[in-house]
Amino acid sequence: MSAPREWIPAGAASIAAAVRERTVSATDIVRESFDRAVAVKAGADGLNCILSSDRDASLRAAESHPVGGALAGVPVVLKDNIATTTLTTSCGSKILEGYISPYNATVATKLHQAGAILVGKANMDEFAMGSSTEFSAFGPARNPLDTSRVPGGSSGGSAAAVAAGLAPIALGSETGGSVRQPAAFCGIVGVKPTYGLISRFGLVAFASSLDNIGVFGRTVDDSALAMQVLAGDDTTHDATSAPRPAPTYRTDSRDLTGLVIGKPREYFPESLPALMREQCDRAIDALKARGATFRDVSLPHTDLALPVYYIIAPAECSANLARFDGVRYGMRIDGDGLRGMYEATRSKGFGAEVTRRILLGTYVLSAGYFDAYYRKAMEVRALITKDFTDVWASGVHALFTPTTASPAFHIGAISDPYEMYLCDLFTVSANLAEVPAMSLPIGRVQGLPVGGQVIAPKFGEVNMFRVAYALESELGAEAHR
Amino acid sequence: MSEFHERYEMVIGLEVHVQLKTNTKAFCRCSTNFGDSPNSNTCPVCLALPGALPVLNARAVDLAVRAALSLGCVVNHRSIFARKNYFYPDLPKGYQISQADQPLALQGSVALPDGRRIALTRIHMEEDAGKSVHDRYDGFTAIDLNRAGVPLIEIVSEPELRSSADAGAYLRALKEILLFADVSDCSMEEGSLRVDANVSARPYGQQEFNTRTEVKNVNSFSNVERALELEFARHCAVHDAGRTVVQQTMLFDAAADQVRAARSKEGSHDYRYFPEPDLPPLVLSEAFVEGIKCALPEFPSSRRTRYTSSFGLAAGDVEVLTATRAVGDWFEAVVARCGDGKLAANWVMGDVLATLNESGGHIAEFPIAPAQLGDLIAMIKGDAISTTAGRKVFAAMVKDGGEPKAIAEKLGLLQVGDDAALESWIDQVMAELPDEAARFAAGERKLQGVLIGAVMKKSGGRADPKKLAQMLGKRAGG
Repeated sequence: MSAPREWIPAGAASIAAAVRERTVSATDIVRESFDRAVAVKAGADGLNCILSSDRDASLRAAESHPVGGALAGVPVVLKDNIATTTLTTSCGSKILEGYISPYNATVATKLHQAGAILVGKANMDEFAMGSSTEFSAFGPARNPLDTSRVPGGSSGGSAAAVAAGLAPIALGSETGGSVRQPAAFCGIVGVKPTYGLISRFGLVAFASSLDNIGVFGRTVDDSALAMQVLAGDDTTHDATSAPRPAPTYRTDSRDLTGLVIGKPREYFPESLPALMREQCDRAIDALKARGATFRDVSLPHTDLALPVYYIIAPAECSANLARFDGVRYGMRIDGDGLRGMYEATRSKGFGAEVTRRILLGTYVLSAGYFDAYYRKAMEVRALITKDFTDVWASGVHALFTPTTASPAFHIGAISDPYEMYLCDLFTVSANLAEVPAMSLPIGRVQGLPVGGQVIAPKFGEVNMFRVAYALESELGAEAHR
Repeated sequence: MSEFHERYEMVIGLEVHVQLKTNTKAFCRCSTNFGDSPNSNTCPVCLALPGALPVLNARAVDLAVRAALSLGCVVNHRSIFARKNYFYPDLPKGYQISQADQPLALQGSVALPDGRRIALTRIHMEEDAGKSVHDRYDGFTAIDLNRAGVPLIEIVSEPELRSSADAGAYLRALKEILLFADVSDCSMEEGSLRVDANVSARPYGQQEFNTRTEVKNVNSFSNVERALELEFARHCAVHDAGRTVVQQTMLFDAAADQVRAARSKEGSHDYRYFPEPDLPPLVLSEAFVEGIKCALPEFPSSRRTRYTSSFGLAAGDVEVLTATRAVGDWFEAVVARCGDGKLAANWVMGDVLATLNESGGHIAEFPIAPAQLGDLIAMIKGDAISTTAGRKVFAAMVKDGGEPKAIAEKLGLLQVGDDAALESWIDQVMAELPDEAARFAAGERKLQGVLIGAVMKKSGGRADPKKLAQMLGKRAGG
């Protein structure tokens, strides 16, 4: 084939089929990915979406890789907090700058076995704490659709890489919306599965009870294809992995007859911008056109989700990040004795946002505060989870909401941490309730992409994808207008 | 020091850490082998590399539950792992996976030899930390993470011990039970059993406890007793001086025979416990717990009672035979074969253990299997061989192995009870000793012993002495 530029936009399913049929070689596809990286200026002076890559190594991997697999020859980008034995696993942090993992995350192994070729590790907010990828120790990533704006975060580098066409599929991680929000900002599809569906083994932990590996794709079908490869039992490596086989997510059906979709009123507040509301209404009409029935529902504890999240996530992070102490790996800065070394290493190694959350988490777990904060937060988390189970019990199969209240903002526009935290308003509940949720493009506001969110019951990915397939199909090109 | 004991009562509670006897670590598959070269038994999980996750070792749960049931605890059907947060170089994650407010087991007790039962507060599961080696490289501390992640249980007693001797007795009784349950090697030298002792002193009659301190770094039971005495005396002196004891961690220095305050104020640590999100709650079914309960071995106290009542053994013999589970099990296998507890006890103590005392070996490696010894005893009991011949067979079995019957045959030691053969030997002896024969026939019965000796000699020790005596008796006059 003489026109490699055609392949990556065609999507993962097309690439894998063509590679398996030997219409094109994996090497050509990987070459195209690196050519595109140059063309779109993916590097530090441009989009800054990739923190490490090795063109020659990726080409060699493509050459030597057997031709089969569901993702044969598909270039993939992994967020830099997913352990891989090639390229770095820095988590966007100085404290792990240049760190190479001696082992592969389960997802990295599964992608490799499916024939995918790793082409880069993506920029991210340091340790996945942030909503804009501005908190990376290696500089902010930029939104390919408007480079003055953020790509969202914390998986902004992965989202930007897919939106810029470096790869049809990328992996991110999310704890409160870090896949869905950048997917919305970059006009692509982002999936957060049910907690436990995709193994976390090799995902550098931020908040273990909320962390999920998520998938980015240009299309619903590519996302479903990637999910198909990644989902499934990994209890020998991850005790929170669900010991159940993954069902089939890909479907040709675009019909939603018989499906009841809830419209939770708390996700359509008075303050929701009119232009955003219009895009959502159009999506709802599209879903109705495919046979779905809509019902107004309520998730009454939604307003407590963010405060609860900002107790639980920092608490867990304060312990998870304790291992970055300068003793065995990563950065070490000597100080006065052991304590001095700890203080110097961690003070200089972590950025401001990470430090803020470690301190917050240490505080809420402290003697005398545990009951008032952490225990209370866990109780409220149970109430938030119950909100969802009550809705499902009432006969609702899925929920539809906006992914964010507004499109991508300008780099540097949000300086107040609390205002940044509000970016996760519509996404964080799904993490607390462990339910699957995905964002897909539903249109544009002021020329910038916005996303619609589909939320489903635990392990209800099949219905979630059904809704997404139908919506994508009905909206067609409107999804990007 | 004894003067303090007249005025103050010692109050002791013990926290005993016991390494469980698993082949692999609590949350990864690294070997738990003691003494391997530093950091050779490590992996991403126990090194706490970024992204690694713990997966609970089911065998560790089996052993922890077995320990809990052996000590009469109530096993919680749902327990929660928790993170205990503190920074230390030999704690690679920066937290220890332990259990806090929902531990594996509650209650239970340990019986002291005088019959008092010391109540347990709880038993919980946790992982061991690595080792900091301070004396290997000048100016540096070396870290060995082979031990990091080895499964432990912590057994916490109520503050019901009232003397250092109590503490020693408690520890010996506890160790005996854990060894019988086969959950741990319980070796203080190798660190598979470690004791932290909480101690305080109060005037006799006072109900409430005074402030306690925790004594660590004690490497033998007798040192626990010594350290407790030293620390108790310090408390008493502080009270006498009208001052108050500060709650802190003390370290025992065996070489200097003193107890001193630990440098870091560990008592002031806030461990910020919270539920371990990487591990789901440990849920144990009734059937699982019952299954382990059914498979528990017999414990020393009931074994002692049974040996006394069923076999009629003396107290001293019972002590010897129940000293370890292995000796008791071996002894019982002998009894099962020969059906005679007393004979079996004599042989096990007099011959087997005596031989082992000389060779220094373990009973599991003794060259004679208990069933073989049982067979030998049965042969003696059934008059197939004499006791003297039995000892020869035993010696041959220790030396070269083999079945007792075959050896006895080979050595020609099987007793001869055949009438014709015995008559023939008797006739020959009578012919060789005509004077004695005549006197015996005339009624001088004391000569029977001489004649038996002569027949035994002629038969090479094989003549059945009982039958021989009967037959000679018939020839006796009077």
